[in-house]
Amino acid sequence: MSEAFRTRDGGRIDRTRPRSFRFDGVGYQGLAGDTLASALLANGVHLVGRSFKYHRPRGVVAAGSDEPNALVGVWRDEASYAPNLRATQVELYEGLRAESQNRSPSLRFDRGAMAGLLAPFLPAGFYYKTFLWPRRAWARFWEPRIRAMAGLGRAPTLPDRDRYAQTYAHCDVLVVGGGPAGIAAALAAAAGHARVILCDEQAELGGSLLAETEATIDGMAAQAWLAEALARLAREPRVRVLPRTTGFGYFAHNFVGLAERLTDHLAEPDPQAPRERLWQVRAREVVLATGALERPLVFPENDRPGIMLADAARTYLRRYGVKPGSRAVVATAHDGAYRAALDLHRAGVAVAAVADLRPDPEGPLVEAARAAGIAIRPATAIAGTKGRLRVRSARLVRIGAEGEAGGGASAGETVGCDLLLMSGGFTPSVHLFSQSRGQLAFDPVSAAFLPARPAERCRSAGACRGTFGLAAALIEGYAAGEAASAAAGRGGAPGLGFAVTGAIDTRGGTLGATPHGRDAARVKAFVDFQNDVTAKDVKLAVREGFRSIEHIKRYTTTGMATDQGKSSNMNALAIAAVALGRPLPEVGLTTFRMPYTPVSFGAFAGFARGELFDPLRRTPIDPWAEAAGAVFEEVGQWRRARYFPREGEDMHQAVGREVRAVRQGVGIFDGSTLGKIEVVGPDAAEFLNRMYVNAWSKLAPGRCRYGVMLREDGFVMDDGVVGRMAPDRFHVTTTTGGAARVLATMEDYLQTEWADLDVWLTSTSEQWAVIALQGPRAREVLAPLVAGADIGREAFPHMSVRACRVAGVEARLFRVSFSGELGFEVNVPADYGRAVWEAILRAGRGFGITPYGTETMHVLRAEKGYIIVGQETDGTATPDDVGLSGLIGRTKKDFVGARSLRRAAMAAPDRKQLVGLLTEDPREVLQEGAQIVANPQTPAPVPMLGHVTSAYHSPTLERSIALAMVRGGRARIGEVLFVPMPGRVVKVSLCDPVFFDREGVRLDG
Amino acid sequence: MQRFSALSLFRQGLSGHRGWRAQWRSPEPKAAYDALIIGAGGHGLGTAYYLAREHGMRNIAVLDRGWLGGGNTGRNTTIIRSNYLFDESAALYDHAVKLWEGLSQTLNYNVMFSPRGVLMLAHTVHDVQVFQRHIHANRLNGVDNEWLSAEEAKAYCPPIEIGRHLRYPVIGAALQRRGGTARHDAVAWGFARAADAMGVDIIENCAVTAIHRDAAGAVTGVETTRGTIRAPKVGVVAAGHTSVVMAMAGLRMPLESYPLQALVSEPVKPVFPCVVMSNTIHAYISQSDKGELVIGAGTDAYTSYSQRGGLHISSHTLEAICELFPMFRRMRMLRNWGGIVDVTPDRSPIIAKTSVPGLYVNSGWGTGGFKATPGSAHVFAWTMAKDEPHRINAPFTIERFRDGLLIDEAAAAAVAH
Repeated sequence: MSEAFRTRDGGRIDRTRPRSFRFDGVGYQGLAGDTLASALLANGVHLVGRSFKYHRPRGVVAAGSDEPNALVGVWRDEASYAPNLRATQVELYEGLRAESQNRSPSLRFDRGAMAGLLAPFLPAGFYYKTFLWPRRAWARFWEPRIRAMAGLGRAPTLPDRDRYAQTYAHCDVLVVGGGPAGIAAALAAAAGHARVILCDEQAELGGSLLAETEATIDGMAAQAWLAEALARLAREPRVRVLPRTTGFGYFAHNFVGLAERLTDHLAEPDPQAPRERLWQVRAREVVLATGALERPLVFPENDRPGIMLADAARTYLRRYGVKPGSRAVVATAHDGAYRAALDLHRAGVAVAAVADLRPDPEGPLVEAARAAGIAIRPATAIAGTKGRLRVRSARLVRIGAEGEAGGGASAGETVGCDLLLMSGGFTPSVHLFSQSRGQLAFDPVSAAFLPARPAERCRSAGACRGTFGLAAALIEGYAAGEAASAAAGRGGAPGLGFAVTGAIDTRGGTLGATPHGRDAARVKAFVDFQNDVTAKDVKLAVREGFRSIEHIKRYTTTGMATDQGKSSNMNALAIAAVALGRPLPEVGLTTFRMPYTPVSFGAFAGFARGELFDPLRRTPIDPWAEAAGAVFEEVGQWRRARYFPREGEDMHQAVGREVRAVRQGVGIFDGSTLGKIEVVGPDAAEFLNRMYVNAWSKLAPGRCRYGVMLREDGFVMDDGVVGRMAPDRFHVTTTTGGAARVLATMEDYLQTEWADLDVWLTSTSEQWAVIALQGPRAREVLAPLVAGADIGREAFPHMSVRACRVAGVEARLFRVSFSGELGFEVNVPADYGRAVWEAILRAGRGFGITPYGTETMHVLRAEKGYIIVGQETDGTATPDDVGLSGLIGRTKKDFVGARSLRRAAMAAPDRKQLVGLLTEDPREVLQEGAQIVANPQTPAPVPMLGHVTSAYHSPTLERSIALAMVRGGRARIGEVLFVPMPGRVVKVSLCDPVFFDREGVRLDG
Repeated sequence: MQRFSALSLFRQGLSGHRGWRAQWRSPEPKAAYDALIIGAGGHGLGTAYYLAREHGMRNIAVLDRGWLGGGNTGRNTTIIRSNYLFDESAALYDHAVKLWEGLSQTLNYNVMFSPRGVLMLAHTVHDVQVFQRHIHANRLNGVDNEWLSAEEAKAYCPPIEIGRHLRYPVIGAALQRRGGTARHDAVAWGFARAADAMGVDIIENCAVTAIHRDAAGAVTGVETTRGTIRAPKVGVVAAGHTSVVMAMAGLRMPLESYPLQALVSEPVKPVFPCVVMSNTIHAYISQSDKGELVIGAGTDAYTSYSQRGGLHISSHTLEAICELFPMFRRMRMLRNWGGIVDVTPDRSPIIAKTSVPGLYVNSGWGTGGFKATPGSAHVFAWTMAKDEPHRINAPFTIERFRDGLLIDEAAAAAVAH
């Protein structure tokens, strides 16, 4: 198709670079510099979408991010499908493919439009009043149908391959908005040598200047001035200019989120390049120059394709060289729209009439229009329009002295047109200012909410502050930039005046519904185009008792569409205020929420995907384990070897072999993931006394002890062996998963409660590799490798620690056991971990040394009745519950959780206590998490006595074993209870939790 | 009360909907009531409804400093489930689910309760142990909750990525089929309309500034920005601001208030059939009837009364969503907001009498109060009317923090509420 509506010259498109594209499968041609919307309009295509609720045909209304109707899906392939993009923001590239949304089978013939026929019965909130019976019909029948009708585009179905970047930045002055005020602010701040970031959501900076063809600034054509100003900013090393970058969120302490779009406008983007970048900017000073948005007029049938905002039409004409129609009617309440009428007229578009709501329009623009022969109808409103897929005519009615339109359907004048421009005036964009918690105040002169009291170090300039007119915006912007630069501690720039000619002022306008003389309960005068909210819906909400503007919004859904009310909120508010009979400022605005315009999930997620989503932590011995064919499991961020299967072994067989090796010979285990904290200082022992239930003062250097720490509520938080290396130095270990939490808790207490204690805490979890050597022959393997310490039975008893050398490496050697066997834990600097591991393996070869994993470690400790925090305990177990009350230092006055342990319920006899369970059938391994009851025949709710915490096949006992927490369990030992499983019941007898070597003689081997 | 039905909608449609009347009045506060409820959220309005309906207390008022339903009722992600571990919690939340199942019909207001299933993903061996414990306990308590393999979870919710290549692969899931979502605003409005119809005064824009007590310490009424209101019983249901209100009666609550954020995407056609929660990677998601993906996660780390959270929290949430559902990376955040949640030390609520005669409190719902709305309101109304707790809320006292009878779902569940 040819571009029948392209002007012969002018505009910022590149007429030498045609771009072909497809919309709904039809091929068209546009030009480089077009948006999808301008290119479609150049081809005479106005019908681009269907509305949310009634599926009404809709066309392009706006020219920017405020577009409510022209939402499209754009894709290169399925993995890059992006729904709900505004055609007014989609930059055209060669081969672009886009489709309309929310229609079936086609945009022109949409089954969903049936909803429009039922519209009289589907007012705001209709779904709250019906679909009540039968009871299950809502979820089964109605809801799926309503869901299918709702939604707009479709979600992509394949994983997005694109990358997203994130960056942090600081600056002296952040300027949001690159129109005349923002550019002037950046120029001033740059002149003051401030570090400046200037961002704008559009592809080109310039804002309103991009469509300005008549004004001059300092003697230059406005667009020439713009080019020079941008060139000057580009030369400034301290200025960063970010086009296609939306300031979307304004957080506390001048923290501003910017979303930069990097590749969506390219025909062949580099697949390695990020698609978007999220900037998180901390600015000393912020200048908001976010401009203003034109308001639609709320008249009956104001939503047909071909009805658009007057300034948008001007933008299409001047910036894109597109005539948005051939015969126009202009409806306005202020002078600004006359400029659009004149521009269209000069470009050869017939302007059939200007319907001005004001009784006596006057001023230079009005005169110019009159002089150009344009018919001006004062005190005239639009009472309705006709045309199914494109506006065909508008009916103009006179407004009487009382502000009421002449009644009767026949009254008025029908004017044929294929373009209806409307302008209710401009609404300052105060979104970011309000997000920052700045207070707005209603300005009756401009009939707008304007920034009043900022909450952050920010200034508003230009139209977003209600300052209209090019000269005023430039001067105000420059002054704001200068003041911001000075406030940021940089130089102020000399004040600058701007000599402007030919610009016009666009203040004034109207708010709310315009008179039409028809039955207000019947006509559809749209307030929120996308969500199909009409003036009568807003009035209905008020009639139904919704008095707060937040209620009206939620009940009608006005302002909740993807444009978040950019074009609709002020009109809805004005209609509500009239219906409520209250002054508009008293009714107030709904809260502005981030983001200003929608931002991709991917931009928020940034680099965090796959391996970078959360670091996978590997021990120094991990590569060896991988080479040895280990099966791994995830524990927190760590991966740990679970078992080391030999050829043909399953987990059961491998674990059986590993357990027997430890019980009969010697096993080697990578314990490097254990949390480690070095606690140092004159008050280290006192600090540990307070953190742990145990007493530490009398622990001699060279000895270690199993410690338990509680939360303030008295429940077990973590455990681990603590070794005293010197009077003022402890080597603390924690559980793998608890390492960070324990350190944070310790720091919290140290810094906030006991700042008087002289203690330093250092995480050493990743500094030490830990190699556990367990089994009756462990000493024989290790002894030849140890230098600088006697590890003999008497010299180095159970629960000792020595600094020495192992395999030639500086080490901390612990004699501890989590298996019940003679055991050592060799701590060496992580870099030597693998070398020492392999040295021990070599030394153990003659002893049949066997590497084992976490599963075997679990079985070994369960046979011994040792608890695992987080498995036997769940945050509701006291030390006594798990049989550890003996650890509590008897002479200690206080420790974290001590007070809570004294509460009545903590000593109740029916608390859950740790016991062992034996099933009747020795082959039956219980399910961890299964519940224990006294009588399985009871109907629900069945009283539960406890639950299975650990269950394994014990190779040592050659039968199944389990640990459990059971109410009053210790007193029940010997009793038979039941574990009900779906469809069957398992009989269990309660026993002591220590299944093997109850006397502990093997520890002392 | 003007009945709502397809027929009434049709009739009104014929006359341009001119005949609809206000769903609730906007009365001036009277000088005295039999009982006052501070906080016109779902729990407070529901309490008034059940006081009027089940206990015949109709000379009562609900006060709110803002607009009704404007706190956490209107800010949450609307997830409903009852698969809690402990008997006390299961009883409370399942009581609520049973009321949810008939709430639209009871209130003659479509609250859009949609039992589309709540799927909780297990990513680690530890998750599996915890979920199995829940499933067994739930079954014995008569609460539905079942284990699904990763493949079964994907069949139930096709967008879930279950590949082994993921950083945290899905290795199974717990599914409560009776769980789901409801329309949050409709819950507040439905309760407000039904309570109002029975004579309850709902007084908006009326902030309580003091709680009056007599010489014996008993409650006699409140001072408000709209004058003094006398009442022998006052129930505080003020969510994130409970501590502030209770301090007016000299009571210090075991509560901390945190911002909790949520967000929605732009609306799309149906793509997500149920609710999915993952505690290990911190996010939950469902799709609203309008088509928006509704997403939330945990609270911000610091206490605050400011109804907004940090950017890094929403980023972290979306990292998790994109990891689980990589096809949603190109979806866009439409709106993000925050509320203030009141959190108890054991993450279970307080629904109880207090040491001040005539003063009752319903608070501490943390991040999960919406799901309990009708159940909470129902037992709290009982407690206020009879001056003694209902069997179901008897364990949820303030004194449990003194005595140690905690109901620690957070510690036990390892699942975000």
